[in-house]
Amino acid sequence: MAKRDTPMLDELLKGPYPSFVKELYKVQERKPMVQDLLGQLEDSYEERIGHWKHGGIVGVMGYGGGVIGRYSDLQEKYPAVAHFHTMRINQPAAWFYTSDALRTLADIWEKHGSGLTNMHGSTGDIVLLGCKTDDLEPCFADLTAAGFDLGGSGSCMRTPSCCLGKARCEWACYDTMKLCYEFTQEFQDELHRPAFPYKFKFKFSGCPNDCVASIARADMSLIGTWKDEIQVDQAAVADYAKGGMDIVSDVVMNCPSKCIKYNGNGIEIDDHECVHCMHCINAMPKALAPGKERGATILLGSKAPIMEGALLSSVLVPFIDLNDEDEIEDLKELIGNIWDFWDEHGRNRERVGELIQRVGMATFLDGIGLDPEPEMVSAPRDNPYIFFQDEEEEEDDE
Amino acid sequence: MGTPSIPEIAEEMFQMVSESMGKKNLKAGDLTKAIRQKYPEVDRKTCKLALRELMDNGRCVYAYFGGSYIQLPHKEGAAND
Ligand code: SF4
Ligand code: SF4
Repeated sequence: MAKRDTPMLDELLKGPYPSFVKELYKVQERKPMVQDLLGQLEDSYEERIGHWKHGGIVGVMGYGGGVIGRYSDLQEKYPAVAHFHTMRINQPAAWFYTSDALRTLADIWEKHGSGLTNMHGSTGDIVLLGCKTDDLEPCFADLTAAGFDLGGSGSCMRTPSCCLGKARCEWACYDTMKLCYEFTQEFQDELHRPAFPYKFKFKFSGCPNDCVASIARADMSLIGTWKDEIQVDQAAVADYAKGGMDIVSDVVMNCPSKCIKYNGNGIEIDDHECVHCMHCINAMPKALAPGKERGATILLGSKAPIMEGALLSSVLVPFIDLNDEDEIEDLKELIGNIWDFWDEHGRNRERVGELIQRVGMATFLDGIGLDPEPEMVSAPRDNPYIFFQDEEEEEDDE
Repeated sequence: MGTPSIPEIAEEMFQMVSESMGKKNLKAGDLTKAIRQKYPEVDRKTCKLALRELMDNGRCVYAYFGGSYIQLPHKEGAAND
């Protein structure tokens, strides 16, 4: 097949940055599917209109997610992309691979699909772009034989993702990779069989640096934190000062709660006022470290804007020891209660954060059987709707 | 009316999906709610197992139209030959 003329796409090769077009040009030599993809893309750029039709019933037997149906509406002109489905593959926790695993994946995809990948999609999954309907099952069979599985799509639990945590990072307050793997295994049914009003994402970050941006993107964010004092090595603080760091302007002045003092001999932190923003620890990693009593804060409700505006997660469980198996079991039970409440009361395509906004936090907490805690109030002192009724409760108890 | 077994629930769900084809898209949650309204003693887990049975034997399939729905297998309108 003659290569297509694609003058507009050629323009994308001229910038100083890597271009996906360059990679597509390389692949088109051996994949007619990619030649047609380039042709259709050129048409789309010229006409300023997309030519993909999404969705439908395409998938693999028994699974409701992991395959995103995509068809060309120009199939007469570009028959090789009449079907161009995306397969989402559950990535290994924190995206660690052996080179052998990568070669295996590449070979399977070269055999069954376009050879084009997106490593990794914004969901965290390995994204394989461009598969024909008839190739989905054989591709899936080869992937599962190699130890891979599909990830989530649609109204289900999406593929959980985590930061690299204890594998490489000394700030990790719990084992993110272990918990991400455990949740993936525990909730296989919720991952593969969409039964929710809409999507539900877990993201695991080992500390408040939140490298997987869970607070903005996950319906449930599990963010590592500590309960006791920041660990301080005063000798290392002195080394930073000797090395030329302006500790007052770089660290003290940037502390959001103004709870660090530096007197030239050492630093002093008022840990009760610390909001665990990580700034001082990031600035002086050799001198400061998170405390020793480590665990996580569980937050609920964030999402990127689709139906309504963006939401950040807010605190649900102020502190949980994620090294304690019993506490993890309690958390799983709480998650079950959240899903049940959402199933019962959620509207179609309503994320759990939107449900909380609609019914109110008090009703939601009541529904999932969790007591309110001061840390759940996102704007203390501004909120006149939270009342503490200790006296009345005492009377009721009598 | 006794408590229905999982295959009986699956059959009732299948009937609901069949009757709604072409009229209304049903989600897993709609089927679960309808069954639990009719049989309050049936829990969500049992409904989930009934749904799994329908999917695993291929009588129903998942479909995606902005959200995930349950349908009978068919050749979809969007599909190209
Ligand atoms: S979120 Fe924290 S623990 Fe995880 S990789 Fe980033 S800095 Fe390290
Ligand atoms: S972690 Fe943030 S709030 Fe806490 S002491 Fe350091 S800079 Fe201040």
